[in-house]
Amino acid sequence: MNKTVANADEAIKDIQDNVTIMLGGFGLCGIPENCISALVKKGVKGLTCISNNAGVDDFGIGLMLKTRQVKKMISSYVGENAEFERQLLSGELEVELIPQGTLATRCLAAGYGMPAIFTPAGVGTEVAIGKETRKFMVEGVEKEFLMEMAFDADFAIVKAWKGDPHGNLIFRETARNFNPMMAMAGKITIAEVEELVPAGALDPDQIHTPGIYIHRIFQGSNYEKRIEQRTVRKL
Amino acid sequence: MLDKVGIAKRIAKEIKDGYYVNLGIGIPTLVANYIPEHMNVVLQSENGLLGMGPFPFEGEEDADLINAGKQTITTLPGSSFFDSAMSFGMIRSRKVDLTILGAMEVADNGDIANWKIPGKMVKGMGGAMDLVASAKNIIVAMQHVNKAGESKLLPKCDLPLTGVRCVKKIVTELAVLDVTPQGFRLLERAPGISVEQIKNATLGRLIIEGEIPEMSID
Repeated sequence: MNKTVANADEAIKDIQDNVTIMLGGFGLCGIPENCISALVKKGVKGLTCISNNAGVDDFGIGLMLKTRQVKKMISSYVGENAEFERQLLSGELEVELIPQGTLATRCLAAGYGMPAIFTPAGVGTEVAIGKETRKFMVEGVEKEFLMEMAFDADFAIVKAWKGDPHGNLIFRETARNFNPMMAMAGKITIAEVEELVPAGALDPDQIHTPGIYIHRIFQGSNYEKRIEQRTVRKL
Repeated sequence: MLDKVGIAKRIAKEIKDGYYVNLGIGIPTLVANYIPEHMNVVLQSENGLLGMGPFPFEGEEDADLINAGKQTITTLPGSSFFDSAMSFGMIRSRKVDLTILGAMEVADNGDIANWKIPGKMVKGMGGAMDLVASAKNIIVAMQHVNKAGESKLLPKCDLPLTGVRCVKKIVTELAVLDVTPQGFRLLERAPGISVEQIKNATLGRLIIEGEIPEMSID
């Protein structure tokens, strides 16, 4: 298999207005920087974005918010973005906040071909409003769970450390985060990697995401990998 | 009265040898600094790391290696990385022994509110709802009263809930309290704080039985 495309522009060329896109990353860690830039350049609008966070004002998904390309965000935490907060409070942007584990597991369910999951997260809170609940015995005690649906995303865009033309991916450190489960969940999944190596160069035992889930792959360039909270200790 | 470090030091005493612990943002993060050296404790960071180490030395920061507060960190011998679904899998299946997090309000039945102030703050719950819904043991680190001087230990939370009937213990600048079916039970006073002061700062049901000892934090 050779799923290699030249660059981000080619990888996203069929992404049209009003589609649903998953974007990997936690904060600014492990985000698909090249594809985000390409989406900004292309100017597609009315997007629904599923991503744990919404970037910061001038980086990550924040860039797409600034250009008003996002109609709706589905996230667990959006606290670091003033423009986001402004658009939300003014009603320009629709936002669905969901628990982080629910977000991850709804991606997982999609990739595993399961229509729904049951989770205790959000029981008794406003997250539970309008949702079906069911009780199960857990460690001898009856406990309530929410039914949450698998995501249905037109595209998933993920960032990995290394990949090969088959689409096999290896992630690095905590830049793994949501990327593997989003990779499994998109109808079309695009992977950008720091290093694209020939088939056979990756040890099959070390692969985190098998290539079957990936439709397009390219080696990204000029990664900024911005640090959100630089914390150090004294020597 | 305890400062933030004092609260962190007192909470560190609740950690036992062999524990896997998830620390929230704020005061809970400080707890890591006061876990006794001889104890085998593994810190879980819900963005995908077991075995969180200290902040890196200057020049050794790695953009791919952060904690749930997006701070640069390090690994330790024995650390492991995993994805977000597995991270919450180990939380949901109660492999994590103790969760320490902050709160805006706690009710005397163990309800907690810490993610939203309607019309004002829209940041999101992050992993807090998953953690409080599943954790075996939850300790809240918080100020006893808010900036306006109003109690944050209430008969019922006013703010939108993060989880219901889940908090087990609270450590504030004034006191250590357990959450029981009868309400908050006062266990310890902070140095120099009287039972009367704690009573005045607590709106929820408060159980005071016998002499309340002053806590030791060192």
